[in-house]
Amino acid sequence: MAKFSKATDLEIYRSKLQSAYDPNKPRICVCGGTGCNAQGSIKLVDALHAAVKKCGLDSTVEVKVTGCHGFCEKGPVVVVRPENTFYVMVKADDAQELVETTLVKKGVVDRLLYVDPASGKKVVKEQDVPFYKQQTRIILSENGHLDPTSIDDYILRGGYSALAKVLSANSPDAVIEEIKKSGLRGRGGAGFSTGRKWELARKSPGKDKYVICNADEGDPGAYMNRSELEGNPHLVLEGMIIGAYAMGANHAIIYCRAEYPLAIKQLNTGIAQAIEYGLLGKNILGTGFSLEMKIKQGAGAFVCGEETALMQSIEGKRGMPRPRPPFPAQAGVFGKPSNINNVETWANVPLILREGAASYSSVGTEGSKGTKIFSLVGKIKNTGLVEVPMGISLREIIFDMGGGIPNGKAFKAVQTGGPSGGCIPESLIDIPVDFDELYDAGSMMGSGGMIVMDEDTCMVDIARYFLGFLGDESCGKCTPCREGIKHMYNIIADVTAGEGSVEQLDLLEELAGVIKDTSLCGLGQTAANPVLSTIRYFRDEYLEHIEQKKCRAGVCKALVEYRIDAGACTGCLRCGKECPVGAITGNKKEPHSIDREKCEKCGICYEVCEQGAVVRE
Amino acid sequence: MKSVETILSEHPNAGRDSLIPVLQEVQEELGYLSQEAIAQIGRELRLPASKIFGVATFYNQFRFLPKGKFHVMVCRGTACHVKGSKKVLELLQKEMKVEPGKCSRDKVFSLEVVACMGACALSPVICINGQYYSKVSLSKVRRLLENCRQQAAIEAKA
Repeated sequence: MAKFSKATDLEIYRSKLQSAYDPNKPRICVCGGTGCNAQGSIKLVDALHAAVKKCGLDSTVEVKVTGCHGFCEKGPVVVVRPENTFYVMVKADDAQELVETTLVKKGVVDRLLYVDPASGKKVVKEQDVPFYKQQTRIILSENGHLDPTSIDDYILRGGYSALAKVLSANSPDAVIEEIKKSGLRGRGGAGFSTGRKWELARKSPGKDKYVICNADEGDPGAYMNRSELEGNPHLVLEGMIIGAYAMGANHAIIYCRAEYPLAIKQLNTGIAQAIEYGLLGKNILGTGFSLEMKIKQGAGAFVCGEETALMQSIEGKRGMPRPRPPFPAQAGVFGKPSNINNVETWANVPLILREGAASYSSVGTEGSKGTKIFSLVGKIKNTGLVEVPMGISLREIIFDMGGGIPNGKAFKAVQTGGPSGGCIPESLIDIPVDFDELYDAGSMMGSGGMIVMDEDTCMVDIARYFLGFLGDESCGKCTPCREGIKHMYNIIADVTAGEGSVEQLDLLEELAGVIKDTSLCGLGQTAANPVLSTIRYFRDEYLEHIEQKKCRAGVCKALVEYRIDAGACTGCLRCGKECPVGAITGNKKEPHSIDREKCEKCGICYEVCEQGAVVRE
Repeated sequence: MKSVETILSEHPNAGRDSLIPVLQEVQEELGYLSQEAIAQIGRELRLPASKIFGVATFYNQFRFLPKGKFHVMVCRGTACHVKGSKKVLELLQKEMKVEPGKCSRDKVFSLEVVACMGACALSPVICINGQYYSKVSLSKVRRLLENCRQQAAIEAKA
């Protein structure tokens, strides 16, 4: 493969790829995302190759490992194209039947189809699955189609056309103007205007400048960036190269979590390919613009999502934030002007420049343009990644795409924004999802985690969970965050232990205010949100813990007891066998009983009893 | 297995910004950061061991004790938490008799708590020697551990 020495070379190459591509060739697209891999898709791919060969189809049918399809709940997911026949939870043993029935007999394997829990009906085509039907997939649109390890696949589908266009026809200022016009706001959480941020970096004087991709997705409960990088790495790379051109940067760094080995692998492959094609490195597309790109692996610190902390970490130091100014645009990593954007922000850039700002900003609300990817997880039927237009209601996401709450339980709250966000109750479920509305509701957009909670989730325990997390992750530099979070945690721990008082709630709110106003960085400034939002919307649950010593969700250990309902117990011995401390006694076919002295309230008996004879109260 | 020297030789003229990558590679090979390794890295990078410990202890990824035969990672992300991962963690600690970051006396188990594995659709999720186990119940955790123990016993005899 010869390097492209000008933009037209790329276009000639693209048309060559397009004329050689047969869209009607049968393709078995297997999801190769981490979720599906964990559920056996690697073995499945081997089995499919073998089955295709056995049927003598190896020259006419392609088995393709694609990026994450998003419907992780039902993994491994397989789509047979061009018909888009959609199979879920496919095991290696199903491969032969799948190939024979679908590709030889041109039928459908009925038992592998997805059953819509709402209607009870089977769905054959990918586009008819309710989970996908209501999404607006722009960033994730290629995830189920392209091979993330192939740059040709990306080019074939229009990849790097935005870069070629920009380098040959637009000035850096024009690019920034276009991004500003699109209304793109940072997808990392804070929602600052990307165009304005770029402008600051562009204006900052200096020979060496850095663009950085924040792929340290630290929010617990969120994995959008992982799938974006694993499924379509070139989209992020193209966005970064365009950004570097616009800001006049000559260095690029991707700071990616070490917990995402597959994403790092795909990025390394992608960078090597882009250099080989002359799309990265020295003299890109013969324009004289050069960019060197490196990957740095994060080492597991939530605070490194903060810009200045991330830069400290790149420099090999403890990831501790520093006061601003100087802003990163003035003096960032290694003291050079730097610009950091989140993975999803970068991924939006090529799409804006391909279609134009006007087309991009036709999707979304007044203040928030485009789409947003959420990781819809927790107590929800259809877990996975959803990409939706800004302004859609929480109800549509949770009940239409997510299919509602499993096991007939009642919806209680949805948590957005990670540890910096808050819990939104059922009464606000119709608010439109955008940066400003979520902020007004006491939460925030965050990077896109959306954790659904049902009646079995204790809101006080959730507040305690986030404070525990933030206490562990606080870097310890400033006192309000280091000490304040610890004190808030202690108060909440008292409440969950049934030792709290109503006065303590006032103290908690006062403390929260101080931490918010006086902490150095975003971690501390937002640390109180999970507490404040749960007190604001679920005060009755706090009061119940304090006054009645009761946890209605049965989560707070100190406030629950387990006992066996003698009438319902069949004496099957199961719970007694499972109890790790031997607290359950009773003979076969006789009602058992729990020794409360010995019982450690782990709840395993409650989990295993098929008669529902173990009562939690 | 690569030695610390080999890893250091792969980073010629290493400056401060190479410290974390070097620590990551050494841990990848040794399974943990030994005091000797840290001292060696310090000599090469001209950094006092105290500075290196300062950096290494700041990040969750680094461990300072060897791994057990079965390295169990438990995810404590929010999705896993609402699906009961706290109970999973408590059970693991009790059954394996080991604290997070440490290794059991018989060297069979080591335990690591991960803030989020990014496999939220599989919650609650644990990972034993690189293999993910999704939607684990408490009884499933006990069975998995029992299998590990049996395997360790067989290997100890052989």
